Amino acid sequence: MQIIKDKQRVDNTWQFIADEESLVAGDITVSLARWLQDKATLIAHSGKVGLRLKAADTVADFAEDLGHIKLVELNFADFADGRSFSQAWLLRGRYHYQDEIRAIGHYLPEQVFYLSRVGVNAYASDKTSALDSVLNNLNDFTVKYQPSII
Amino acid sequence: MYQYTENDQTLIDERVAQFKRQTENYFKGELSEDEYRALRLRNGVYIQTHAPLLRVAGPYGLISSKQIRKLAHIARTYDKNYCHFTTRQNIQFNWPKLELVPEILAELATVQMHAIQTSGNCMRNTTSDHLAGVAVDEIDDPRPYCEIIRQWTTLHPEFDYLPRKFKIAVSGALNDRAATQFHDIGLHLVKDGTGEVGFKVFVGGGLGRTPIIGQVIKPFLEQKHLLSYLEAILRIYNLFGRRDNKYKARIKILVKETGLDKFTEMVDAEWAHLRDANELSAERVNEIKAHFASPAYDVKADSDHTFAEHKANDKAFATWLAHNTAAHKVSGYAAVFISLKAPDMPPGDITDVQLDAVADIADAYSFGEVRATHRQNLLLADVKQADLYTVWQKLVDLGLATPNIGTATDMICCPGLDFCSLANAGSIGIAKEINEALDDLDYIHDIGELKINMSGCMNGCAHQSVGHIGILGVDKKGAEWYQITLGGSSENNAAIGERLGPAVAKDEITSAITTILDVYIKNRLEEETFLEAVNRLGINPFKEQVYANN
Repeated sequence: MQIIKDKQRVDNTWQFIADEESLVAGDITVSLARWLQDKATLIAHSGKVGLRLKAADTVADFAEDLGHIKLVELNFADFADGRSFSQAWLLRGRYHYQDEIRAIGHYLPEQVFYLSRVGVNAYASDKTSALDSVLNNLNDFTVKYQPSII
Repeated sequence: MYQYTENDQTLIDERVAQFKRQTENYFKGELSEDEYRALRLRNGVYIQTHAPLLRVAGPYGLISSKQIRKLAHIARTYDKNYCHFTTRQNIQFNWPKLELVPEILAELATVQMHAIQTSGNCMRNTTSDHLAGVAVDEIDDPRPYCEIIRQWTTLHPEFDYLPRKFKIAVSGALNDRAATQFHDIGLHLVKDGTGEVGFKVFVGGGLGRTPIIGQVIKPFLEQKHLLSYLEAILRIYNLFGRRDNKYKARIKILVKETGLDKFTEMVDAEWAHLRDANELSAERVNEIKAHFASPAYDVKADSDHTFAEHKANDKAFATWLAHNTAAHKVSGYAAVFISLKAPDMPPGDITDVQLDAVADIADAYSFGEVRATHRQNLLLADVKQADLYTVWQKLVDLGLATPNIGTATDMICCPGLDFCSLANAGSIGIAKEINEALDDLDYIHDIGELKINMSGCMNGCAHQSVGHIGILGVDKKGAEWYQITLGGSSENNAAIGERLGPAVAKDEITSAITTILDVYIKNRLEEETFLEAVNRLGINPFKEQVYANN
């Protein structure tokens, strides 16, 4: 599966590990609950570890661990749930997180300009055609009124 | 008034292009109904009973004559020759075709207007005092701060998908004419001990189903912290506001359920991270203030004598002056209300012909500027006393001089069942009926200051809960009924009206209102307004008569 990262199409190299599943070699994503529960094991994992965040999760709960986390996925259950926008802003603006923040799930390609401004730099989609819209819509505006991450 | 820079213009042009694409994608089936709905709402487009409704932003109520002419053109070209002014100083078109909305927005953009964030769960148009900059009781001009907030709220990337809509109002005067205590955030310009202007910040006010008076969260906020403090409140609301139930999603419920102390603590903790990094500079404030410099007033305006002669010789003119003008900070000038409450027009409506004529009057007599008021009238802020007689005659010819500002027939009224898909009951028809029952101007003037607000459903778009008399349309087994409240106020002494009793049937609502007015006339003390009388007497004397007679 391809994703958009830093305005380029790239292959997704991360593997989804469900909460009850054993870890596998390579780069993996886990839920916040799994991270908080198995932190030591996950830090010792040979590949990179990414976190899957729900809109209701609290960034402060894992902020001190961000040095170990190489991807944060913001999982949109509902595109109208704006909490993910604040999560991204907090990760970048408050905790100075430098690695990948990826939007997944039911966000809209129509929202990617705002997402990019709060610090999201990668976009996954089940629909390949949506990735073209993402690339296009990242350039919706050339001006802005507020300070933002980019 | 504020003039767009190249950046401002680019932003709204790019927004038009974005919405055009979204609308095309919707018609191609690439955006679902739900997805497009969220996008169109953020561009002012509702789908109503008969057709889409387009709500255009009137930034804190200021509209140039050029913009007024554009509204007239749109009413003529895309609508049924009229538009409607709302309680939040916006402009609504009731009959545009959805596929033509991008074209209408492109037309609006040519005169620095847009419909961005006039609906949807986002930060809405910032509203203010219609007398801003000319009021005699003003502490400082709120308009520069409104513009700073307008820019900050427009296309804010983090706060466009809030739990629910979010409204900010700013008042710079001693008397609140912008219902600030019934906004998600209300800002009062105040001075500290050193004479420095800052903000008293209210939070958690609101109308609708659960009317709540805003509470003071910050008695004095320094100017330089304005945007960082707003950001802190918005972030707390975005993260913690309820999203499980749309009727409990406004910030007023978060403040109520969290408690003001705890909520304040959360905001302050968030603000501590932001306040020093994100200051509003004095240069920036001054740069915006320059847009609102006073116009070139005639210093000899008060030496004119014709005004006094006309006033003495023409009773109708004198009556209009008494009701439809407001004092101005510059001697020899007055602010003139254009009444959109003629008996034969739905409250707040104005035709294309009237709009064009108003633009001409504004150009000739009020520095080319028109303002929309919170009570759905228009205002010419800067009319020389020597011109008042001519302006009055022109307004009379246009049907815009009904001398009823602040009186019983100056009703706030929502579109009701006639247009709105949410409504339970009609409101425009009832307003007309009440108008017909109160067709004696002397009687209306004798009643004096009175605010009747009427909404066709409990969403309360016409602020019935803060009307001195509030009328709320309800559905009872398919029939239209009306609940009455008394004693509400959106001014300094903010109060939520008390329910008079059971709802009354449609054919009894007008006589109930006239009965209430009769009780007031019989019981009032000298110089006592309706609201004061209700506060002194309580609702019982009114209740007894209304339910005895109906």
